[in-house]
Amino acid sequence: MLKLDGVSKVYRVGAFGGRELKAVSDVSFEVGEGEVVSLIGESGSGKSTLGRMILRLASVSGGTITLDGRDITSIKDRKEYYRQVQGVFQDPFSCYNPVFRADRVFAMIKEQYFPRAGADEWRKRVEGALESVRLDPGNVLGKYPHQLSGGQLQRMLIARAVLLDIRLLVADEIISMLDASTRIDVLNLLADLRARGLGILFVTHDLSLGNYVSDRTVVLRHGKIVEMGRTDLVFGSPAHPYTRSLLASVPRLHAKWTDAEMTDAVEDVPCAYHEAPQESRTRPGLAEIDSDHYVACADKEKA
Amino acid sequence: MALNVTDLRVYYRTLRGEVKALDGVTFSVADGEIMGLAGESGSGKSTLAKSLIRLDGRMRHVGGTVELDGAAMPLSDDDAMDEFRFRKVSLIPQYSMSALNPTRKIGRMVGELLDSRGERPDRAELERRLELVGLSKDVLDRYPIELSGGMKQRVVMVVSTLLNPSLLIADEVTSALDVSSQKAVATTLLGFRDRGLVTSMMVVTHDISLVYQIADSIMVMYAGRLAEKAPADVLVTAPRHPYTQQLVSALPEVGVRYEDRRLAGIPGSPPSLLKPPGGCRFRDRCPLAFDQCAEQPPFAEVAPGHLVACWKAE
Repeated sequence: MLKLDGVSKVYRVGAFGGRELKAVSDVSFEVGEGEVVSLIGESGSGKSTLGRMILRLASVSGGTITLDGRDITSIKDRKEYYRQVQGVFQDPFSCYNPVFRADRVFAMIKEQYFPRAGADEWRKRVEGALESVRLDPGNVLGKYPHQLSGGQLQRMLIARAVLLDIRLLVADEIISMLDASTRIDVLNLLADLRARGLGILFVTHDLSLGNYVSDRTVVLRHGKIVEMGRTDLVFGSPAHPYTRSLLASVPRLHAKWTDAEMTDAVEDVPCAYHEAPQESRTRPGLAEIDSDHYVACADKEKA
Repeated sequence: MALNVTDLRVYYRTLRGEVKALDGVTFSVADGEIMGLAGESGSGKSTLAKSLIRLDGRMRHVGGTVELDGAAMPLSDDDAMDEFRFRKVSLIPQYSMSALNPTRKIGRMVGELLDSRGERPDRAELERRLELVGLSKDVLDRYPIELSGGMKQRVVMVVSTLLNPSLLIADEVTSALDVSSQKAVATTLLGFRDRGLVTSMMVVTHDISLVYQIADSIMVMYAGRLAEKAPADVLVTAPRHPYTQQLVSALPEVGVRYEDRRLAGIPGSPPSLLKPPGGCRFRDRCPLAFDQCAEQPPFAEVAPGHLVACWKAE
């Protein structure tokens, strides 16, 4: 459905834009229907830039992003695009205007996209969307943002996206600001939406969330893909040393860091990319070491 | 005992009345203990941390006492508390990055800070401590703007512990960091205790799996009160309070295959602390609630070092 092909992004920084900063370079992956793909990386890895490019909030410097084969930058009518692709962001509190009731976000969708919908019909649609994100309409409609919790506000933003019959949701760190007890509800909600055929790009720095929710995982570092593929393979048998070190740093509940350090010491593993036969290098810079498990060269970074 | 807190109550003044953010909290932290303080937003964990350093204008010390190394801390007397701050009890704030004076070089800023406490700066000791956190002594001649966020964080960690405080409070210091820096910061904290630079530590966080890595004990707060305190291992493997049980089981982990298995959140939301309900405050969300829960359960010891506020935990 969504396909990124050799996408890169260059920012001009410094005085008068004299220097170039390559935030994303040559990234290719796909998001299919009914699939959750998580995009994992530390700060500065370019994960949010990718999300913003897919949402057309940032221009694409190189490569193409296509939706069903159509280049998204060639779609002149932005409304038509946003009917299919929507984003939800990290901070639900700053997405609402505190002066207005929170349900104004739904009214704005109606004005913009469904001006002819009748009031009754629209109310039914809103209630349906709220129920699909497991909110009780009576509890949230007519309330101001400060009267609702972060989890409720975040779910209303997802309901707002669902109202448009979207096909792809870009979820950029949508869990980070939520409390542990409500986090899991929002994650489970994403799984429900996936079951309805929605493609989801789940951008996060938290590996445990990505592991829980996604079908496929893309690990980014300095704007490049270091490893990607089926989540169980990337997390279960990570092939790139960077992925391994990330996984070793994640705090776990039943294993302490000190237990893991023993295995860390054995870091003299040959580069999986070079070990792989020539014909498995099907994508630029990546070798397919298992069915749907790609890894980049690790030696290049040492040099 | 390094820290003894007895029935501490701190309320916030608001236009709509008093918010009982900390409503009768009793616990102690032993010498050499690293205690993790976990809870969701609004549970009162940050209020507790702040109360031990400085009450801001909206906060009011309503009752209870705090003793540090046998001396009572005058929480509501801002000037008298100055005796304790930095020397006895010190804080690493949440946004360390913005805690440094941008118009001073680091070295001069540290000098002025020590001067204000009547202490002589010991350049050699300062350099040794910077080295401990992996910074070169060159940073003393730099302005904060010249340092990265992680470096500033480490500078603040060094400054906060310079006078070897009895109690160090780390308030959400790892929340804004990447996993690899999180690990570095957390192990540095552990190093401070192991080298005896600080006696005890309170690590405030919302991330139980992170604090589990370094803490000796973990205390969980809910709606302004204590829910459970136990040795770190016990708290994550065999929690007794239903809130802790649900909270711990709602955490996704790496290294676990989920397939179609779903974790469950905790339905409902915490009560308003403007007019909190009587009895156990978790009652409305608790699967085990029964009649007796209308009465506030005591924070009682069920096993050595394991305290729980729940009638069903006996």
